[in-house]
Amino acid sequence: MDIRKQVLTNYGDWFTRFGDIWKTQLLQLGQRFVTEIELIRTPPVDATDVPIIFVKKNALLSILLFLKEEPGFCYDFLSDITATDEENEPRFEVVYNLFSTTKFNRIRIKTRVKDGEDVQSAVDIWPAANWAEREIFDMFGIKFLGHPDLRRILMDERFQGHPLRKDYPLRGYQIFTEPEPVNAELLDSGARK
Amino acid sequence: MANAVHDPDDIWDDARSIINIGPTHPAMHGALRMVAKLNGETIERSYCEFGFTHRAKEKLGENRTYHQFIVYTDRLNYCSSLANNVTYAMAVERLMGLEIPERAIWIRMICAEVARVIDHLICIGINAVDLGAFSYFLYGYHQREEAYTFIEKLCGARLTTSFVRIGGLIYNAPEGWEREVEAWVKRTREVVDEMDRLLTDNKIWRKRTVEVAIFNREDCIKYSFTGPNARAAGLDIDLRRDQPCMFYKELEFDVPTAQNGDVFDRYIVRLEEIRQSLNIILQCLNRIKPGTVWCEDKRVRIPDKDVVYNTMEGLIHHFKFFMTGFDVPEGEAYTQFEAVNGELGFYIVSKGHPRAHRMRIRGPSVYHFQGLSKMVEGEKIADMVAALGSINVIAGEIDR
Repeated sequence: MDIRKQVLTNYGDWFTRFGDIWKTQLLQLGQRFVTEIELIRTPPVDATDVPIIFVKKNALLSILLFLKEEPGFCYDFLSDITATDEENEPRFEVVYNLFSTTKFNRIRIKTRVKDGEDVQSAVDIWPAANWAEREIFDMFGIKFLGHPDLRRILMDERFQGHPLRKDYPLRGYQIFTEPEPVNAELLDSGARK
Repeated sequence: MANAVHDPDDIWDDARSIINIGPTHPAMHGALRMVAKLNGETIERSYCEFGFTHRAKEKLGENRTYHQFIVYTDRLNYCSSLANNVTYAMAVERLMGLEIPERAIWIRMICAEVARVIDHLICIGINAVDLGAFSYFLYGYHQREEAYTFIEKLCGARLTTSFVRIGGLIYNAPEGWEREVEAWVKRTREVVDEMDRLLTDNKIWRKRTVEVAIFNREDCIKYSFTGPNARAAGLDIDLRRDQPCMFYKELEFDVPTAQNGDVFDRYIVRLEEIRQSLNIILQCLNRIKPGTVWCEDKRVRIPDKDVVYNTMEGLIHHFKFFMTGFDVPEGEAYTQFEAVNGELGFYIVSKGHPRAHRMRIRGPSVYHFQGLSKMVEGEKIADMVAALGSINVIAGEIDR
């Protein structure tokens, strides 16, 4: 399916609006990171709403930083980080939805991760990544290297397993009646947030 | 800021204590928890916890059909469920490439704006209650109840509306509904002006809010703040204007902004946004025309009851729709809408089945709540309540 053909008035006209910007950006990006980019999927070809750039795990931070700070790109706003369980090898995809506060366009960066592998944390680029990465760790069990405080966030500390993995059962209830005690270590002035 | 929290006027200065607020505490909006280390009365360091009302919506999104998931979107931001319904329906329709009729879009826009008005009314009202101005809240809450009355006429429910269907709306607006909304808009305008006169220049209100819990523009970008909270700090982004969907491009409205990013600015931006939303509703009411509210695409059109009861094909269609659901073509899209508190996004990955492969909900409140610890660092503990009320975090949206 070609989503681009079906961009209709009620969902906004931003394909036509940003098509040219994306084209030049992707060209520039392809030249700058020849080996680091695995695959680029763009809306006219693939069923997606914005260009998706699959990058190698090791180059993730440098590409995110480049997209944030390079004048022609300015993807300075982190809309969301999430992950998907693809049920094949490599198992997970970590997804970064970026937004530009000056050009108002979006782009999506993905990196593929095997089960048990780590990803570099983007907290130093965007502090907002902190809780989003904690949620991915909680829900999928993907660890983020260099994350200041990688704990569970939605689930209890005592919870076993990672609920958004496809092999976790839908009714895998684990009930805790006592709340977690106050963690005084987090209040030390030396602790990073 | 972290090291400079001494207050010479505080007789308890240099006395450290740890206090725990929540998960169930009247000042925490919903089941949220904050643990703070105080130096006298000043917050030195704090951390927030949530997840107490986690209902596994993202997991349910992978295990329910697209139609069944509509009810779960009500319970995201339960103060403005209509806006969530609209965003979710847009997200799925976009993946399917459906064009819905004009009247349905106008009604959806009215719904989204009504949701914005009633959510802002409750936000500024509750913020004032937390700071001791109870009667102020009742003015807004009355209008909110009035709005519920015509929302009830629209879909039969007051709080959890589930009004929108993929490919249209469950019911057309009843006869005379537009006039009723128009009358409500006029009354609400007067009430908002009255609320403005009552509180905005009040000395105590100003003292409690001006230059309290400042979150500036740079911090807003760093912490992914969106919506009125970001606009209060001068980050002038409104997705209705900057990435327009539906018919927002054809309407005239201002995007109010402020510069300081303190509690007062967040309050005044919301108050002004109510007025703008009321204008938008009036413009929509002028443009709306009679007609159908269903996209006649057989995949998503729920068959009418007389067809279901009187024809074999209709009955089969009905059962196929509700038991198997419809396939959404393979693809992925991140659909965002300027919901009440900011950017509400649905990132849906479809593998061509009636159930989504991944249903990610990006709630604005998650990111706002994340910024709270930084926002209140160096503030008095009592101002934490003001800060929390002013960013309008809704537990349902954070916990999902």
